[in-house]
Amino acid sequence: MKAAAFDYVKPASIDKVIALLQEHGDDARLLAGGQTLMATLNMRLSEPQLVVDITGIESLRGINVQGHVLRIGALATHTDIEFSPLVARHAPLLKAAAPHIAHRAIRNSGTWGGSIAYADPAAEWPACLLALGGAVVAHGPKGERRIAADDFFTGLYSTALQPDELLVACEIPVAGADHWFGFSELARRHGDYAIVGLAATARRDGAVLHDLRIVLLGVDATPVRARQTEMLLEGRALDPASVSEAVAKLRSEIDPLPDLTNTPDTKRHLAGVLLQRMLPVDAAV
Amino acid sequence: MADLYPIKVTVNGKPHQCSVQPRTHLVDFLREDLGLKGSHLGCEHGVCGACTIELNGQIVRGCLTLAVQADGGRVQTIEGVSASGVIRDLQNAFVARNALQCGFCTSGMLMAAKELVEQMPHANRAEVREWISGNYCRCTGYHAIVDAICDVLQQRKEGA
Repeated sequence: MKAAAFDYVKPASIDKVIALLQEHGDDARLLAGGQTLMATLNMRLSEPQLVVDITGIESLRGINVQGHVLRIGALATHTDIEFSPLVARHAPLLKAAAPHIAHRAIRNSGTWGGSIAYADPAAEWPACLLALGGAVVAHGPKGERRIAADDFFTGLYSTALQPDELLVACEIPVAGADHWFGFSELARRHGDYAIVGLAATARRDGAVLHDLRIVLLGVDATPVRARQTEMLLEGRALDPASVSEAVAKLRSEIDPLPDLTNTPDTKRHLAGVLLQRMLPVDAAV
Repeated sequence: MADLYPIKVTVNGKPHQCSVQPRTHLVDFLREDLGLKGSHLGCEHGVCGACTIELNGQIVRGCLTLAVQADGGRVQTIEGVSASGVIRDLQNAFVARNALQCGFCTSGMLMAAKELVEQMPHANRAEVREWISGNYCRCTGYHAIVDAICDVLQQRKEGA
């Protein structure tokens, strides 16, 4: 199908974007890489009066390290992240997750900020941001504020962003020498949305993990942490017994939503399989 | 009706100045305004890959890119790259392997495969399959297409 008619504007500053959002409210939609918005426009699931193209704002680009955080600009593409040496060094979870996102042509266009702000519960970046304990930098009429990932994803496709705020970047604590991470997902076809996925980080001391953050995607209305499983594994030596307990705990604590082809029980089972594969028990023995 | 928006875009090396409706996506602009019918539209929501073209040196979904977003940019379509080495090798291999029947997916397959050959010259068969997972084909069932791309990778390794 073809998109309905809309007006188009490409402002050069964040302040102008915010003014447009205040003026047009829900009639305006922000356009970055367009890999979600364009599909919904073409299918007429979305018919905004005004499309505000933010790709002319240079300050939204780039990936850099500022002190102890890795800052990923809203307009960094999935491909930028996949091949960034800074990401590989300071947030290797993202490099591991990137190839799972759609396909090359889409990764060349789609953006980090778009994925986080859209907050698809089956998408990779929201789960990774949560697993990394990062924060969203939002710019509104009163300036910038930071929202912890733990507080950002509030419901299905819903976030703590206000209607007149723009996601300008995310900040991720840089990985320490003891950083451990894992990413795994199951999809019918490479690049499809995951049936279920897991993103996890921790501090590793030999066979023991500390400060675990285990996040599931494709399971609930938002990316969700498996907090009981995190607690069970905290400070415990990883061996076949503790891994088996963790898998059982994960399956008991989640309450997956079904999708078109997978029942809650299927997803519950698969989540356990992914956790079992991910925990570094072989290397620990 | 929304106002027309002026754009300057270089398509296959040739500069164009046009006015487009903001809602027009890049492949409709190429096909309807410029008469370049090599890029195809299948699903128009980013799934099938028939619309794959290059924008500023990278493959993109032409149906998920607005024509206005190409303002100031460089577009390459299958018409513009057919004489180039990688595409010519791929076209020869597609013919040799009978890697097409109806041909609808082929221009998108070739554009996607071109970036693979250029960026991952040592890709193995599994990586080729993963790369073209973003392009749908029904009538050849993929194997012949994977064979053709692997042939080109092998030829270029041997020729290098």
